[in-house]
Amino acid sequence: MNIDTLVQNLLNALQWGSFYALIALGYTLVYGVLLLINFAHGDIFMVGAYIGFFLATFLLGQYALALPFSLPPHVIFLVTLLLTMILTAFAGVTLERVAYRPLRRKGVNRLYVVITALMCGLILENGNLALLGANRRNFPQLLDNTVYSLGGVTFSDVKLLVIFATIAVFLLLETIVRKTKLGMAMRAISYDRMAVPLMGIPVDTVIVFTFALGSSMAALAGVLFATAYPVLEPYMGALVGWKAFIAAVIGGIGEIRGAFAGGFLLGFVEIFVAAFFPSTLRDLIAFSILLVFLSIKPTGIFGVARATKI
Amino acid sequence: MGRKAMSLALAVMAAVFFSSFSWSAETLKVGFDIPLTGDIPQVGESSKYAAEMLKEQINGAGGVKVGDKTYQLEFIYEDNESKAESATAAALKLITQDQVLAVIGPQASKQAVPAGEICNSFKTPMITPWSTNPQTTLDRPYVFRACFLDPFQGPVAANFATKEFGAKKAAVLYDIASDYPKGLAEYFKAAFEKIHGAGSVVAFETFTTKDRDFSAQLTNIVKSDADVLFLPQYYDEVPLVVKQARELGWKKPIMGSDSWGSAELMKLCGEACHGYFFSTHYAAAGAQGATKEFIDQYQSKYGYVPDDVAALTWDATRLLLQAVQNTNGLTGDLEKDRDAVKDQLGQIKDFEGITGKMTFTPEGDPIKCAVIVKISDKGEFEFFESVCP
Repeated sequence: MNIDTLVQNLLNALQWGSFYALIALGYTLVYGVLLLINFAHGDIFMVGAYIGFFLATFLLGQYALALPFSLPPHVIFLVTLLLTMILTAFAGVTLERVAYRPLRRKGVNRLYVVITALMCGLILENGNLALLGANRRNFPQLLDNTVYSLGGVTFSDVKLLVIFATIAVFLLLETIVRKTKLGMAMRAISYDRMAVPLMGIPVDTVIVFTFALGSSMAALAGVLFATAYPVLEPYMGALVGWKAFIAAVIGGIGEIRGAFAGGFLLGFVEIFVAAFFPSTLRDLIAFSILLVFLSIKPTGIFGVARATKI
Repeated sequence: MGRKAMSLALAVMAAVFFSSFSWSAETLKVGFDIPLTGDIPQVGESSKYAAEMLKEQINGAGGVKVGDKTYQLEFIYEDNESKAESATAAALKLITQDQVLAVIGPQASKQAVPAGEICNSFKTPMITPWSTNPQTTLDRPYVFRACFLDPFQGPVAANFATKEFGAKKAAVLYDIASDYPKGLAEYFKAAFEKIHGAGSVVAFETFTTKDRDFSAQLTNIVKSDADVLFLPQYYDEVPLVVKQARELGWKKPIMGSDSWGSAELMKLCGEACHGYFFSTHYAAAGAQGATKEFIDQYQSKYGYVPDDVAALTWDATRLLLQAVQNTNGLTGDLEKDRDAVKDQLGQIKDFEGITGKMTFTPEGDPIKCAVIVKISDKGEFEFFESVCP
């Protein structure tokens, strides 16, 4: 393999890993606070992509009800991105309110909450299927997507945008969790859930904030994913969601740095296995590597062993 | 007029009423095993629409005349979710529970190959309109198809790439977990290497169903200095591959197969697909005669130009009805009737379908021509040339 191909595949892996990282973040945030594996998160990502699709096509004036003025496409992209993040955050919070909070109030075993999460994911997928039908949707092209060529390496606007957005999100989240009061409360809840309410910290507010944060990151991933891979379908979140969960575990679930490291690691392994070996063997080799890795370090890259796990 | 006469009259009336009722309810049940949801729902929709149109037309004209009886058509649609296991379950349900005379579908080879096994073992005629993989009908006397085969389509694509693009090296990208792309990719490779010598297919890359990112494979293909990329994939993957290939700097032609020909392709792919070619069963733009009639009727009814699946489903269903008529009367015994229909299907010669003239070989495969279609700058599927065996 020459240097061009290597650099090209590095870029490919950074883009692909970015999506895993952004979705893994949602798993890790919720796990960090509640010790709950929110299996519906992959489908929140799907919901984000669909909300983005409807907002973008609405802003482009493809429906009967249109805006009285038209916006340039890159402005539409920004507006779509922000609105989608807000709306999807609401969706995530609603999910928590409707499905998880009642169970938490009853003090049931976490196992049942995980099963509820799995069911919520299936409800979201099949609800979408029933509501919008099985037809694929084409996410409109909002960015020019110029292709640049540097030596033998080719990259596009979208590729760079995805990679930089992911790095920016990483820095932002690290700041929120390490430097703000809410972040401190999040860490405190995961440390001792019994003592925290006694200190006067509103646990429910912190949990709502966590879900909002995780879901808006999934929405960001959803819109970027739809921009890079513009064919939407109801089951798009399932497989990516599972793999992102694996990425979160590899990185050490509950750790923000871990979600990013795990996401990029999984992206790199998948892309490079597909580049060197017949792609049939990709998942086999990729997951064998990860299995060996986990058997050596079961808590993941940044994880610390805890007494309570589900 | 006593009470006796009165009850007799009533009994006669009731007898007449019921016998005429059962007479008019004489129906011909045909089952459709099609993907209404799943990976390729557009294929299911086209099949169903074409079948509904045919049913309305025939039932509106009084029904099908077989021997001295006239039958109304009854079509039963089962969703196979575009999965192999659901396709066999759907076929089983149609045969045993709904007691259909014959099955139309499944469309994609991934479902048609296993469902064919079920139909054959239950001795029920099955016609797949769209499955081009040889396995579907191989050693299965009860299974037929209404389209050409991949061993024919592969060389058609290889010859065309050589002639039209002057290609000396080719790359192939296909889904290894699906029967149709895998089979066709191998036939293309064999045909291309026969022309240009071993090793002329410089990249033979694979992925698995549901993959969304093909950048690693496409990087290999772009670096391989192939002259053409052969992409025997379905309409939901084609836009992703085409767009990613362009982003990675691929500027050479891309050649597709009949799975590209869905009405949905241009909606999803848009300008990125303009100018590419694919081999298929029929071209909607510039059609004439019965084909044009079908296209106009379909378009005015459903609002879009029918794709090849719709046309082939129409042909397959008409083929079946032709065979039923050729039996010169059904016995009412389902097993005997199914056998009779199977025998008649194997003997059909020069059937004038809207996708071309068909004559069946004893294996249940028709001899018919392929069409090369160019996607025009307006996004229409334009007739480019016709290739006959």
